[in-house]
Amino acid sequence: MVEAKGAPVDELLLDIHGLKTYFYTEEGVGLAVDGVDLQLRPGGTLGLAGESGCGKTMTALSILRLVQSPPGRVVGGKVLFGGRDLLELTEEEMRKIRGKEISMVFQEPMTALNPVLTIGEQISEMIQLHQGMDRRKAMVRVGEMLDLVRIPEARLRIREYPHQLSGGMRQRVMIAMALSCHPKLVIADEPTTALDVTTQAQILDLINRLKREMGVSIILITHNLGVIAEMTESVAIMYAGRVMEWIDGGEIFLRAKHPYTLGLLASFPKMEEDEDRLEAIQGTVPNIYKLLPGCKFSERCKYMSNRCGEEPPLIEVEEGHKIRCWLYTHEGVVY
Amino acid sequence: MKDNVLLRVESLHKHYPVHDRFLFRRPQLVYAVDGVSLEINRGETFGLVGESGCGKSTLGRLILCLEEFTSGKIIFDDKVITEHNKVKLRELRREMQIVFQDPYSSLNPRKTAGDIVVEPFIVHHLGDRKERQRQVERLLKVVGLLPEHASRYPHEFSGGQRQRIGIARALALNPKFIILDEPVASLDVSIQAQVINLLKDLQNQYNLTYLFISHDLGVIKRISNRMGVMYLGRIVELGDSRVLFRDPQHPYTKALLSAIPQLIQAKKKKRILLEGDVPSPINLPSGCRFHTRCHYFVEKCKTVDPILEEVSPSHWVACHLHQG
Repeated sequence: MVEAKGAPVDELLLDIHGLKTYFYTEEGVGLAVDGVDLQLRPGGTLGLAGESGCGKTMTALSILRLVQSPPGRVVGGKVLFGGRDLLELTEEEMRKIRGKEISMVFQEPMTALNPVLTIGEQISEMIQLHQGMDRRKAMVRVGEMLDLVRIPEARLRIREYPHQLSGGMRQRVMIAMALSCHPKLVIADEPTTALDVTTQAQILDLINRLKREMGVSIILITHNLGVIAEMTESVAIMYAGRVMEWIDGGEIFLRAKHPYTLGLLASFPKMEEDEDRLEAIQGTVPNIYKLLPGCKFSERCKYMSNRCGEEPPLIEVEEGHKIRCWLYTHEGVVY
Repeated sequence: MKDNVLLRVESLHKHYPVHDRFLFRRPQLVYAVDGVSLEINRGETFGLVGESGCGKSTLGRLILCLEEFTSGKIIFDDKVITEHNKVKLRELRREMQIVFQDPYSSLNPRKTAGDIVVEPFIVHHLGDRKERQRQVERLLKVVGLLPEHASRYPHEFSGGQRQRIGIARALALNPKFIILDEPVASLDVSIQAQVINLLKDLQNQYNLTYLFISHDLGVIKRISNRMGVMYLGRIVELGDSRVLFRDPQHPYTKALLSAIPQLIQAKKKKRILLEGDVPSPINLPSGCRFHTRCHYFVEKCKTVDPILEEVSPSHWVACHLHQG
């Protein structure tokens, strides 16, 4: 295995090796996540990008061991979090990690929040559970958290219900909740996808500020490559349950090379150029229950050759840059 | 009316009453569309952009007469359609069609793709069985599906393919004008690009006029010739899309454009962050409705409501900063 350079293994907050999550259904076996390797340094932000069904959310749920079972099951790999393999923990130990050390922000706050509990009750519940505070102290803390995420008139909002807040405010509540127990890692799954673009800008600004102030690490899952470019210093582009390209450290998309990443970038609207016709990637994402052997992207790839009948490995072509494509094997270490 | 204008909207208003729990109090009004005027030329794509709740979808529904308007006038193809009765409206619907955002909920799950596409012919009593069959095959082919897809149900298609079925249905009666209400919002980027390319091809092939409604400026930029930016029921800026993207004038348009995440960080411009949320369309701010969030506001903005004025040829802005 090639290790991520510049980041010794013992310094990593999260180190995932060969993670496999399969779904066992009547349709057959669905390879939702199939051998994913990811690394995250303390205080870092890792982006998981790709189109729907590429396995980015399943990877996150597998880290937290929240994959619905049956039909899903994590069947292989290691998820080392601060040196401990989360996949080896008992359910009891795992419960202490969820919410306390790793928490999650979901896409649609309206479905993630409980509609019959006030904002205050929902957040304080978690604080009471994990920090062992009593209700009154916990409520004070809730007020502080709502101030932190810049919710105006936080003392009044504590007593309101989710439906009384706007989409942006609800997402702030979700973030306050995720941060309320000072986690080391926050997994944000499409946190701004349901929001308008100006609200999205506010939330991204907030996440960046909180990241700096609280030193929390973030895994940001999104299909929006612009959000990835603005928020993260490393990105894994996923396709059919695999990492197709991994780029670490700055100006991610100026360095991208994989045909799939380039296709996604070509489909992404560019503000500064006039473009008449889009260069679209042909076809659709493959069905994870009916994957063909070989490179999973090959059926949509302009550069497909005979070689693609065999699946290429993920190879480090330069420092902080790995690609899963036969076009680049000659530049890197073949193993 | 000028020859090349297909659709003209004149100071259109739509106010919804909202009843609260106080039974005898006068209902409050939601100013969903509050004085919109615009013209759409034949064969062009007019992009209508704005954030949720700005009234862009209501405007689309009003133009199709799917919704009763409060006041104003809509002229389509030299006919004042806001005065049409039911029979005439039904005739009109052959010329105007709509494609909805969510291909999952706008297609009947119990009908096959063929049934869905053939329905307009049945509603308007057109063609016999054989002719309809032929038309379905033609339409599916036009949108890039296969004739054998006709017997499949919506759940058997991907999101992009479902949207193609919606487009085929809209094209069935050879309309002149199609409203596309967020047609690609629920699709992945690679599929979005495919559908946008398809819409452009169809426009050239059939000389269609589009009103393209979207919250996504990137999509609007790709498809529209001219565009309007809506905020709280009003159009605040209107003009040639290239000009608006290169040189936006209204502070809201500037904020919208600067809020879009950029791929290349080195080229990033300074972001204008708007404070707070969009005000409620029930209690509209006095004066300029954007003044509560505007970085450039002056005293006048609190009291005087700016009207849309032409600041340079074919470029209209509703802002005191740009008016004498």
